[in-house]
Amino acid sequence: MRILPMPSHSLLLFSVWLFMNNSISPGHILLALFFAIGIPLLVNSMRDEHPKIRKPWLAFRYLLLVLKDILVANMQVALLVLGPVRKLQPAFVAIPLDVTSDVGITVLASTVSLTPGTVSVEISEDKQWLYVHALHLDNEQELIDEIKQRYERPIKEILGC
Amino acid sequence: MSFYTELLICFLLVVGGVFLLIGSIGLARLPDVFTRLHGPTKATTLGITGVLLSSMIYQTINQGSFSVSEVLITLFLLITAPVAANMIAKATLHRENPSIPRTKGQSLLHNIRHRKAADAEQSD
Repeated sequence: MRILPMPSHSLLLFSVWLFMNNSISPGHILLALFFAIGIPLLVNSMRDEHPKIRKPWLAFRYLLLVLKDILVANMQVALLVLGPVRKLQPAFVAIPLDVTSDVGITVLASTVSLTPGTVSVEISEDKQWLYVHALHLDNEQELIDEIKQRYERPIKEILGC
Repeated sequence: MSFYTELLICFLLVVGGVFLLIGSIGLARLPDVFTRLHGPTKATTLGITGVLLSSMIYQTINQGSFSVSEVLITLFLLITAPVAANMIAKATLHRENPSIPRTKGQSLLHNIRHRKAADAEQSD
């Protein structure tokens, strides 16, 4: 048995513990070391194989894009919420998926939930369709194209599948 | 603390507060569960982020050392909010709570509930 089965996770746990406590006293460093070594040993057997991030720079740019879109999304949703409720046209939309990996679908579904007026509701069992609920839908095809172009393509490139 | 940092902290607090308020108004005003989900997942997440950012600036200046725990809280919120929204939406689907009648794409509901493909035949 290796002492550090997941080195990057250990580093993450170590730094998160110190950041959470805003301290680098010996006691906290000892505790952080304990967690950084102990938790990966406990959860190592529950791990699935995931595709790695192939393009870190693109992943960083994707993160910035999503943060910007969250800001814009909030302005739009705020206007819709405060405007006349009767004019809202909610809709369920099925989006065909191209990403195949579980991680990719999870990231896409989370992004969709956090950005412009859409919440992901369900994924079909064969992982071919993502169902979303839109708060206000003008044009179904436009929404599908935007999600596919803006979010799904970069995710596919970043994960390489 | 200088006037300008105070101004920045106040600005972030007010913006965060406004978004929290809008999220809550959405929760109260919108007609069905699915539309109500939109308020808390988006507006409230951003509202909390604003409040936490101002807290971070305040603590950093007050303590003299960079305060990172707020960034971590924001990150955890951004990860958990969509998951919570998804679980609520799923629960609503399986309880067969109705969405308001003018919702488009109601014909999809059967397939969504049974996690079938969108173009699958509608049979149990």
